[in-house]
Amino acid sequence: MAAKKSAKKPNVSAEELLGYYREMLLIRRFEEKAGQLYGMGLIGGFCHLYIGQEAVVVGLEAATKEGDKRITSYRDHGHMLACGMDPKGVMAELTGREGGYSAGKGGSMHMFSAEKHFYGGHGIVGAQVPLGAGLAFSDKYKGNDNVTFAYFGDGAANQGQIYETFNMAALWDLPVIFVIENNQYAMGTSQERSTSTPDLYTRGEAFGIKGELVDGMNVLAVKEASEKAVAHCRAGKGPYVLEVKTYRYRGHSMSDPAKYRTRDEVQKMREERDPIEQVRAMLLTGKHASEDDLKAIDKDIKAVVNESAEFAKESPEPALSELWTDIYADDTLPQEAS
Amino acid sequence: MATELLMPALSPTMEEGTLAKWLVKEGDEVKSGDIIAEIETDKATMEFEAVDEGIVGKLLVAEGTEGVKVNTPIAIIGEEGEDMSAAPAPAAAEAPAATDQVAAPAVSTAAAVEYAPSDTSPDWPAGTEMKSMTVREALNEAMTEEMERDENVFLMGEEVAEYQGAYKISQGMLDKFGSKRVIDTPITEHGFTGIAVGAAFGGLRPIVEFMTFNFAMQAIDHIINSAAKTLYMSGGQMGAPMVFRGANGAAARVGAQHSQCYAAWYAQVPGLKVVMPYSAADAKGLMKTAIRDNNPVIFLENEILYGRSFEVPVIEDFTIPFGKARVEVEGSDVTLVSFGIGMQYAFEAAEKLAEEGISAEVINLRTLRPIDYATVIESVKKTNRCVTIEEGWPVGAIGNHLSATIMQQAFDYLDAPVINCTGKDVPMPYAANLEKHALITTQEVIDAVKQVTYR
Repeated sequence: MAAKKSAKKPNVSAEELLGYYREMLLIRRFEEKAGQLYGMGLIGGFCHLYIGQEAVVVGLEAATKEGDKRITSYRDHGHMLACGMDPKGVMAELTGREGGYSAGKGGSMHMFSAEKHFYGGHGIVGAQVPLGAGLAFSDKYKGNDNVTFAYFGDGAANQGQIYETFNMAALWDLPVIFVIENNQYAMGTSQERSTSTPDLYTRGEAFGIKGELVDGMNVLAVKEASEKAVAHCRAGKGPYVLEVKTYRYRGHSMSDPAKYRTRDEVQKMREERDPIEQVRAMLLTGKHASEDDLKAIDKDIKAVVNESAEFAKESPEPALSELWTDIYADDTLPQEAS
Repeated sequence: MATELLMPALSPTMEEGTLAKWLVKEGDEVKSGDIIAEIETDKATMEFEAVDEGIVGKLLVAEGTEGVKVNTPIAIIGEEGEDMSAAPAPAAAEAPAATDQVAAPAVSTAAAVEYAPSDTSPDWPAGTEMKSMTVREALNEAMTEEMERDENVFLMGEEVAEYQGAYKISQGMLDKFGSKRVIDTPITEHGFTGIAVGAAFGGLRPIVEFMTFNFAMQAIDHIINSAAKTLYMSGGQMGAPMVFRGANGAAARVGAQHSQCYAAWYAQVPGLKVVMPYSAADAKGLMKTAIRDNNPVIFLENEILYGRSFEVPVIEDFTIPFGKARVEVEGSDVTLVSFGIGMQYAFEAAEKLAEEGISAEVINLRTLRPIDYATVIESVKKTNRCVTIEEGWPVGAIGNHLSATIMQQAFDYLDAPVINCTGKDVPMPYAANLEKHALITTQEVIDAVKQVTYR
C-alpha cells in the first residue's frame, strides 16, 4: 500500500493514477446515485451496488486491449462503467427506459454491450463462468489473442459448474481469467460459514490452473496481477485464477438490512482500506495532484453522474411494441455484422 | 443548497414504512455513509445512510411515525451557515414516468390472430430423384454439409469425436473436420452447454449433442436462461445461434430416468425454436435449417427412429422451413395430429381405420415452435374432428395447447371434443409389458377416433 514505508515505490505515472481515481470515483458516485434513485422508486426490482469494490474492475481493465471480453453476474454496474460503457445508457437501463442499453428490457441485472464486448449482466449465480469460458473458446477458435475476464463472487465459487468449467478451460487451454471477487459475504452468509477451505485462489490447482491472491482494495496491486494473468492467457498458456479480496460497503441488494456483520467492520474497512482514498493519498503525497485538482475531478464526475440520472429520468419508457421485439433474430444478428 | 431527504423505498415491494428512529439531531454534521435513521420496511429494519455530506437542518417527520409514504420529505440537509428553518417548497415527488398507454398489444393471443394460409407447397418438386437413407445418415449428412458450408459451425458433446458418436450420428466427422471442430467433452452437461452458449455469444454456431435429452436437464438453465433469453434481455444486441440436439423420449426398456419426452417443456419457452422430425427427409431438411437459424434451436431426435429408412430427395442443399407441417395422408373424417415418433401410431391407426371405412387425415407437425396452426385448423374445419398423438405426459401436453387453439379458432366446426392421446401420467416403468402400456398404443388412437366419430 502507498503508505507502507520501504515498500518499492509504485512505478506509476501521475496520469495513470489520476485515471484510476477518476474511474473509481465515477463508479462510486454512480452507485450512490443509483441508490438514491432506487429510494425514490425510479429503479425497481433488485439493485446490487458495487460500492467498495471499485479497485477490482478498474485494476483488471487496466491490462485489457480492444477485443478482450468480460462477463459477470448481477453486481455489474461497476464492470460496465470500467469497460467504457456510457453511464447514461446504464442508468437509463436501471430506470427501465428506452435509452437504456437493453432498451429497458434487461434491467440492473441483465445488461450487455456488443460494442464494448460486455456479455452481461447474468442473474443466475455461477452461470456466467462457463459462458465466459465459451467466449474465450470463440477467440481461440478464431485464432486471435484476445482474453476473457469471467468474474464471479465467493458465493458462486461453490457452484459445481465452476469446476466443470475449470476442467474444460484447462483441458482446452482457453484464454480465460477467472476473477473471484471475494467480498467475503455471499448475500448474508460469510465465507467462513459457506466455504470449507478459505483460499479460493487455490481452487484451480486440482485442474492445473495457476492462482493468485490479490489485494482488491489496492488498484495498483490488482492492475499488476491483471497484467500477469493477461500475459499468461495471451501467450496461449491457458486459464488463470485471480482471487481478488475486496469488500462491499452496502447491503447485498437495496433491501438487505445487513445484520450479518457489524457496523464497525464496515466502518473500519472504509476508514482504513478504501480504494479511492488510497489513490487519493498517493496523488497528494506524491504531489501528483493538489486538493483543488481533485476537487475539480470530483465536480466533473458529479456532473457526469447527474447527467446520467437526468437522462435516465427523462428517457421515455419503451414503446409497448418493444414487448414483442428481440425474441427471435429472424434476420442477422448484430454481432455477425461486426 | 438545502435538499430534502425523502422517505426511501428499501425493497422492491415497499410503498410505505415506519420511521423507527432518528440517529441524528438537527444541527448534526453528516457525511456520506453515516447512518441517519432506522426505517422499518415491509421486510426488515433498515439503516438509512446519508449519501451527501451536510448539516441536518430540520427533521420533518418525528420518529415513531408509521405509514410514511415513499418519497415523503423526512428531513432537510444543507450546508453550514445556511438557513434551513424554512423547508423549501416540497418538490413534487418524482414518480416513474406515468404511462397511460393501455394494455400491451396481445400479438400472440391465439384468438386475436388470423393465421396466414397454410403453406401447402411440396417439400420437393414432383419427379425429384430419391434415395433411401436412415434418419441417422440424414442427420450426419445435414451436419456435414452445413459444416462444409460455414466454418463457424462446430459439433461438441460426449463421445461425438473418437467414439464416432454414442448413436453413431457423427460417424466419420472427426476424420473429415478434425478435433478443432468435432470436440469430445467430459461428462459435464451443465459446464459444456454453458461453454457452447458462450461460444455462440462470441460469434460461433455450435451444435451441442446431448447423448440423450434426459441429461440436458443438468444444462437446462443454460438452454433457457442463457441461450433463449439473452437476445431479449440485451435489446437485440446478442443472442445464441446454435443447435441443441440428441435423442429424446423413450427408447426401449431403459427405465424412468432415460425415457422422457421434452417436447412440451421446450415448446413453452419464447426465444427457443423446437423441432421434432419423424422421417429422414424431415431430419435432413430441418437440421440444415436449424444450423442456419440465428436462434437457439432444440432438435429432438429419437433413438428408435435413428435406424429407420425413408426416401430422401437427392437435391443439393435440401432444406425444410420451420413452421411448416406436412399433411402426410389426406382424409375427410378425422384429423390426426402428431410429431416425431408419435407419427408411427398415427400412420398405423389411419391404416386400420381405413379398413373400417374411416378416412383419417394425418398431419406431421415437424416443428413445435413455431407451430403450423393454419394447417391444423384448416384440416379440422374440413374433418370436424381431431385426435392429437404424442408420447409425452398428459398434463400441459402439446395436444392440450392444440385443443385450446382449435377451440378458439374452429369451435363452430367441431362435431366432437378434441381428444389428446398421450403417454400415461407415470414415470416410465422397466418391465416390458408395463412400458408398452405407459406409452401410447395404436389401439388407443383407434378408440379415440371412434369416440370422436361416434362409431
